[in-house]
Amino acid sequence: MNIHEYQAKEMFREFGVRVPEGIHCKSVSEALAAYDSLGSRIVAVKSQIHAGGRGKGTLYDPETGIEVMKGGVKIAFSREDVEEFSKNICGNRLVTKQTGPNGKIVSNMYVESGCDIDHEFYLAILVDRDEKSVLVMASTEGGMDIEEVAENTPEAIHKIWADPLNGLDRNDCLSLSRSLGLSGDSASQMMEMLESLYSMFIDKDCSMIEINPLVRTKTGSMVALDAKVGFDENAHFRHPWRAGVRDLSEEEDVEIRANDLGLSYVKLDGNIGCLVNGAGLAMASMDVIKLYGGEPANFLDIGGGATKESITAAFRIILEDENVEGILVNIFGGIIRCDMVANSVIEASKEIGLEVPLVVRFSGTNHKEGKAVLDESDISVHTVSTLSEGARRIVDSIGGDN
Amino acid sequence: MAIWINDDSKILIQGITGKQGTFHGTRMIRYNTNVVGGVTPGKGGQMVDLEGIEVPVFNNMGEAVSKTGANVTVIYVPARFAAGAIHEAAEAFNENGGGLIVCITEGIPTLDMIRAVAKVNEFDGVRLIGPNCPGIISPGLDGGCKVGIMPAFIHKKGRIGIVSKSGTLTYEAVAQTMSVDEGQTTCVGIGGDPISGTGFIDCLQAFENDRETVAVVMIGEIGGSAEEEAAEWVADNMSKPVIGFVAGSTAPPGKRMGHAGAIISGGKGTAAEKFAAFERAGIYVARDPSEIGQVLVRALVEAGLRES
Repeated sequence: MNIHEYQAKEMFREFGVRVPEGIHCKSVSEALAAYDSLGSRIVAVKSQIHAGGRGKGTLYDPETGIEVMKGGVKIAFSREDVEEFSKNICGNRLVTKQTGPNGKIVSNMYVESGCDIDHEFYLAILVDRDEKSVLVMASTEGGMDIEEVAENTPEAIHKIWADPLNGLDRNDCLSLSRSLGLSGDSASQMMEMLESLYSMFIDKDCSMIEINPLVRTKTGSMVALDAKVGFDENAHFRHPWRAGVRDLSEEEDVEIRANDLGLSYVKLDGNIGCLVNGAGLAMASMDVIKLYGGEPANFLDIGGGATKESITAAFRIILEDENVEGILVNIFGGIIRCDMVANSVIEASKEIGLEVPLVVRFSGTNHKEGKAVLDESDISVHTVSTLSEGARRIVDSIGGDN
Repeated sequence: MAIWINDDSKILIQGITGKQGTFHGTRMIRYNTNVVGGVTPGKGGQMVDLEGIEVPVFNNMGEAVSKTGANVTVIYVPARFAAGAIHEAAEAFNENGGGLIVCITEGIPTLDMIRAVAKVNEFDGVRLIGPNCPGIISPGLDGGCKVGIMPAFIHKKGRIGIVSKSGTLTYEAVAQTMSVDEGQTTCVGIGGDPISGTGFIDCLQAFENDRETVAVVMIGEIGGSAEEEAAEWVADNMSKPVIGFVAGSTAPPGKRMGHAGAIISGGKGTAAEKFAAFERAGIYVARDPSEIGQVLVRALVEAGLRES
């Protein structure tokens, strides 16, 4: 789960991390009021969406599709600028390289005081899977895509790891700030910032904190100019406050609904729907469909606790996608019994009025019973015994025109 | 022989009086697994009836391990208590000659797991498998040792080792070995979380050292770089043939595919990279899990372990 920059910066303030003064706004008049109250001649007017690449994005009118403005983050030198930029941002569609071609409608803005930048750095805290600990990563090349920096100038990236039981080591922080070429007041501010951000990472169960750029101002202050914060969803239960900062418009509606039903669903671009138990098997089913010339329409794991209700809901969700021309059901019964799934498939198919070709592969617990139930039913379904056969069959039955 | 668990292992169930603990405990006993007790705080002294077999319940792991001499525990407690259960088990085993902790629970906070894994790693004789995994099974001649939630009946004692990040895909691999008349020594589900205990290399090393295992099937998935590291280890250390598959060739970048760890981030962790690493390491690659059986046969024939 991610939050907006303005929310992340509020959290930064709470933990004592320096950020420029700024005000969250939802309209042109609010943006102008924010400009007046900040009292800074130069301000940044920033689109608030979760995806990155906002600065280099383009805004479009959602009705006409006409380009409105280049750049989702603008520097305003006057009240008139603020008016123009906020008008161009608010309610329009921002497309960045991370949003995909459909972009995101911007309904939140952040107006922030300008600051005198001396140098831009990069700072991130994340979970290092290989080292099984929390990693702090910093670079002298701020304001750039970190993947590009890693590719072109890996020597500019410096890393330290927190001890899982004792946290960040002061000497490691000192050497990190030295590697960035910081000294004097900037170095001590950096040390404080590392401590504050690490406490925030732990207290709030973050999955990522990224500041790009983190700047040293002309007066030597260390200030977070941007803020990207993500949270570990497994820790939701101990952070009830998260419901208040979650922006559901940033999430795929259908994925939220699937999740509420105990299903794990991701929409893809193909035309063969998949209904599978287990995440690995669900991915493998998509892969094999592709291997035999088809294109999967979705990832869908019905989970170990699937019921008739959740299986019917799963069919409905798959069929909401108008591209779906056929469905492959792939079940390896463990706790789930194939005959239960078979009965659910029949009911769902009747209830929904399933018209697209359906191929079902059963293996594991009660697979013979499951096949018998389907074979004796009056719904149109092909039963197969391996994933290969299932994938070939469904690809053939929709004409394999991919 | 098998790895880490066998017919002589003594098993505890943490969360034995809960729905999951009782349900799966019953199935473990049906498979002749030697369940010697369970733990539920506050319910110590009670007995739980698992299909006619009375199993004692203890208040904590320290007591359970010292009274039963158990050397394996399986955790079925809810996510918010699971990391605490791992800590407790690690300390109890450390004080009583070591042991294996198998954590089935899904959805444990990542930071909890970072601390739990660090705790387990402080103790030489303690190993953690999981979390978010189906567990581990060593089929025997009459039932066997099943520590987890996998369907027992699909397995048969044999000579192939299996290690996998995914649950149902492990079962698929088991079925594939059976389709070519091969059984299994041990099957380990290491789980799909970003932070977990035992990894691919630990399993490969154990299978390499196990006299009964002649070949290993390894099932990876997108995310992280564990498959690449395992492939390098195989190239340098493994004398037995390894057959590999990676799930997620068609997964879009930046999207979690069910498992918390199954995500391509910053262009890293793709199936293509992992398959390429497998091929460089001389691993026999199956592009379709339904072909694992045939690829396994080819590997065994080339190693002189099978006629055809």
